[in-house]
Amino acid sequence: MSILSSLQWLEATQFSTGIRESTYVWAIIDGVHVLGLCLFVGLTLFWDLRLLNVVMKRVPVTEIWSRLIPWMTVGFVIMLFSGLGLFVSDPVRFYGNIIFRIKVVVLVVAALNALAFHYGIERRLLEWDTTPTTPAAAKVAGALSISMWALAIVFGRLIAYNWFEPLV
Amino acid sequence: MQSLFQWIEQSALGVSINESLYAFAVIESVHLIALAVIGGAVLIVDLRLLGLGLTRLPVPHVARTAQPWLIGSLIAIIATGFPLFASLAASKYYVNDAFWYKMYFLAAAAIFTFTVRQRVAMKEEAPAVSAFGKLTAVASLVLWSGVGVMGRAIGFI
Repeated sequence: MSILSSLQWLEATQFSTGIRESTYVWAIIDGVHVLGLCLFVGLTLFWDLRLLNVVMKRVPVTEIWSRLIPWMTVGFVIMLFSGLGLFVSDPVRFYGNIIFRIKVVVLVVAALNALAFHYGIERRLLEWDTTPTTPAAAKVAGALSISMWALAIVFGRLIAYNWFEPLV
Repeated sequence: MQSLFQWIEQSALGVSINESLYAFAVIESVHLIALAVIGGAVLIVDLRLLGLGLTRLPVPHVARTAQPWLIGSLIAIIATGFPLFASLAASKYYVNDAFWYKMYFLAAAAIFTFTVRQRVAMKEEAPAVSAFGKLTAVASLVLWSGVGVMGRAIGFI
């Protein structure tokens, strides 16, 4: 089964049709997506700024991480599920939208950056936990994270505009 | 008031955004980035007041860390919000209830944050926050959420 035919099947399900045709459900999921954005991107920003050695420089990195990660996770889960809900409501249209595809690429880069941090410089975190500055690799991870989430917001918003012909 | 809104919509700023295919969308995207920053700067302090998040740091420390980001993002969100408003001031926003509620929430949230919450956060030196401090955080979260929700509702009315 191709991607397109899978998405056409998904689009025809009662779940997808229900969200698509409801006046309020789509709006509420979209509102939740925006509030989740504040929680996830807003708190991730402060974590990234700590990696960049811009804020709370004298607070151990592990301290910021352990206290913020539960809330970043909550925000991420809200974003993920509300985002999936929006996608499922109109999967073929999203799939054919070039800006949606660009957003997916941005999200993949953000995920790869998080993985690279986790399997790279984070393994030596205790060595730079309280040093006066953060290592270059941590700064790169922080800067990339801020850039990717900002781009994800921009492309997420631009999906709504029909500037380009649908790809499918 | 209505004539003021009409004048704004017919100003060079309003007309140029209205006539551009991309201006509204691009400004709106920056507006949303600023929203995320406000969200983080508000939440990190309110969570701390509620005894969550950065609990090992004194509240004034967290508040001082967030302050420049809150002020910066608030300036950015107003600087991007005004041109968006100007482009359709009379024909869309004047007659949109959600827009007015958003402005009331925004005024209340901003005044509350820079007066009551600011004073409360600077006084809460002890690790455990007073009941009044927690109440302040809840009020702040309600007011700022109201701004976001009403902002989103503008497009659905």
